[in-house]
Amino acid sequence: MTFRYSTAGLSVAFALTASVAMAQSTGLTVGMQLEPPHLDPTSAAAGAIDSVLYSNVFEGLTRFGPDGSINPGLATSWDISEDGKVYTFHLAEGVTFHDGTTMDAEDVVFSLDRARAEDSVNAQKALFAGIESVEATDPLTVTVTLKTADGNFPFNMAWGDAVIVAPESIENIKTTPIGTGAFKFDNWVQGDSIHLVKNADYWGEPAILEEATFKFISDPTAAFAAMMAEDLDVFVAFPAPENLPQFDADPRFKVLIGSTEGETILAINNKLPPFDNVKVREAIAHAVNRQEIIDGAMFGYGTPIGTHFAPHHPDYVDLTEMSGYDPEKSKALLAEAGVTTPLKVKMTLPPPSYARRGGEIVAAELRAVGIEPEIENVEWAQWLEGTFKGKDYGLTIISHTEPLDINIYARPDYYFQYDNPEFQTLMTDLSAESDPAKRSEMFKQAQETIAKDYVNAYLFQLPLHTVAKVGVEGLWENAPTQATDLTAVSWSQ
Amino acid sequence: MTDLRADSLPPEGAPVRLWHRALRSRNFVIGAVLTLVFVLAALVSFVWTPFDVTGLDIANKIKPPSARNPLGTDHFGRDILSMIMVGARVSIAVAVVAVGIGMSFGVPLGLWAAARKGSLLDEVIMRGNDLVFAFPSLVIAIMITAIFGASAVNAIIAIGIFNIPVFARLTRSGALSLWQRDYILAARVAGKGSARISVEHILPNVTNLLIVQGTIQFSLGILAEAGLSYVGLGAQPPTPSWGRMLAESQTMISFAPHMALFPGLAILLTVLGLNLMGDGLRDLFDPKLRGRS
Repeated sequence: MTFRYSTAGLSVAFALTASVAMAQSTGLTVGMQLEPPHLDPTSAAAGAIDSVLYSNVFEGLTRFGPDGSINPGLATSWDISEDGKVYTFHLAEGVTFHDGTTMDAEDVVFSLDRARAEDSVNAQKALFAGIESVEATDPLTVTVTLKTADGNFPFNMAWGDAVIVAPESIENIKTTPIGTGAFKFDNWVQGDSIHLVKNADYWGEPAILEEATFKFISDPTAAFAAMMAEDLDVFVAFPAPENLPQFDADPRFKVLIGSTEGETILAINNKLPPFDNVKVREAIAHAVNRQEIIDGAMFGYGTPIGTHFAPHHPDYVDLTEMSGYDPEKSKALLAEAGVTTPLKVKMTLPPPSYARRGGEIVAAELRAVGIEPEIENVEWAQWLEGTFKGKDYGLTIISHTEPLDINIYARPDYYFQYDNPEFQTLMTDLSAESDPAKRSEMFKQAQETIAKDYVNAYLFQLPLHTVAKVGVEGLWENAPTQATDLTAVSWSQ
Repeated sequence: MTDLRADSLPPEGAPVRLWHRALRSRNFVIGAVLTLVFVLAALVSFVWTPFDVTGLDIANKIKPPSARNPLGTDHFGRDILSMIMVGARVSIAVAVVAVGIGMSFGVPLGLWAAARKGSLLDEVIMRGNDLVFAFPSLVIAIMITAIFGASAVNAIIAIGIFNIPVFARLTRSGALSLWQRDYILAARVAGKGSARISVEHILPNVTNLLIVQGTIQFSLGILAEAGLSYVGLGAQPPTPSWGRMLAESQTMISFAPHMALFPGLAILLTVLGLNLMGDGLRDLFDPKLRGRS
């Protein structure tokens, strides 16, 4: 009797799993920590917008590949003039927006002009600063004339901030994003999830999934529970590295460990005395023990960095030795700079665990050399308002996830307030240079300059931890830009 | 009535008998011992802890209980026993000051309202209290700490404010029944003003009530502090706090249960101890319940 009952139960269970698997093979539920504030990637710095929409809903002239390479997007090819100033983009044929309107050269002109306009609220206006004019030569050809030659222009156009939008749908883009991607926006339950469906009329290689749901779970414990309960198929950028070994040991899941463009730094307010003294900043750099932070805050995941550059980039220079852990040297430098210890300083920490935990470790290390950080745990809104915009801080920990963003050091009004004309000239020259060998040389020089000036203390490269159910294929392992590209994702049978 | 009056005007030698009775009350003894253990731990932490709680020791992180660390270490390699000892200090300090705020404002308000029973003043004071009562205390505490910054001081103020109406109401209701007494009438006939009567005759006779309620509020204060620290609005790092220890160990509970277990137990036992002690005290002070337990 018992035996028969149990077999009956088993077959029911099999039937259930089979039907669940069937349902899964067409849809995907993706978990992530931060919810976008709105859905217009061209008017906000919030990376969460790109995490949902980049490449899925919105596309640019060019696009990032999973390895960080620049691939053709809406522009299938482009020509560069002899002097490097004129780019001619050839657009793909038969592209339509999700509302049925055609995507042609006029839309490209509209998008780029909107982004570079005087009153533009684009978060990365620097990407478009070099543009002299944008013209639609014919419906499928766009000519972009630059002020100076810029070998990096196709890279700039791949950013989520440079996606192509349509004048017809721009008004409601923040709530109803209309793009050209392989997925269409379906609906957004604020505070919970965003639902995308497959775009049947996609101009290129269509998506394999029929639908995708992004669920926003900010609490790491809840994220762990949701994954374990199989409510989610994938969690991108899993927030608690301490739980990864458990997922790894579980046959239901796999863990992808990749890298991001996130240079995690202990940012120093360069204009706030005594941090305007390079010796004091150098003292901070030597007081910090990178390996201890990586072990303590990230449970061993992360690559130490000595400058603001991603270690997987070919032009990366390992400068970690310049700011090696040496508390005695720190104390000597502080004494040399005439700083009276203990030196009290305000340290703001945003919510991610790398910042909160890393901050406590950094604070303990700094206390050991006579700097007394007063920790203030803040929410993202407070951090953006007080620290990033208001510059009311001494130290903070943050990960800069934009690709190749060393040029932020050329902005004297940026929140760490580093003002070095020499570096600013270098960046101007760099953007005008199109010779790859010279560019590489200049990137190296830039890395050395900021390391030598000890602008910030460089901690580690933020890893990307993706937890997925076994069977989900085609996910990006690395994050060359903030994106969750689902266009090639499928369930293996 | 006779009984109550006897209690109001205790005969000679009563403290000794009260003490004997206290030692026979199981609730009181267990509660007092638990409370004493944590108070002692907090006091000892001022002069000695097994390890330094601000120094991190990453190499020794997440170690289960051992001879070196009797309660194990946390994710930064800090000794959990030491952290609980120092954390007790914060919890107790917050609770003491919060109850202090509640009593020092609530009791005079209650006495005043009772002395002017039925007047506009009485209405204003008591409706003001109702107003504070009407708000969910933890939510307001979160609001206060969010506006004025997260710190132990703001947590104390936030928790303290919500103790005021508790003590005001208690004092007023206790005082109102006393105002009917013959000896109060005698005092009035003797020409004493209501302020003087409140202080000389009413206050001493509501003290028992206040002690019992104070003990309960004390335990609620510890819980509230733990709650605020849990959401990150209490004492800021590196000051250890039980609530934050719980919050930080949350994601590690499946492989390092000791990290959540011990601070959780610390909160549980302290609150239990204070509540038992409060119960015991009430039994001792309230003669009506004396024979029944």
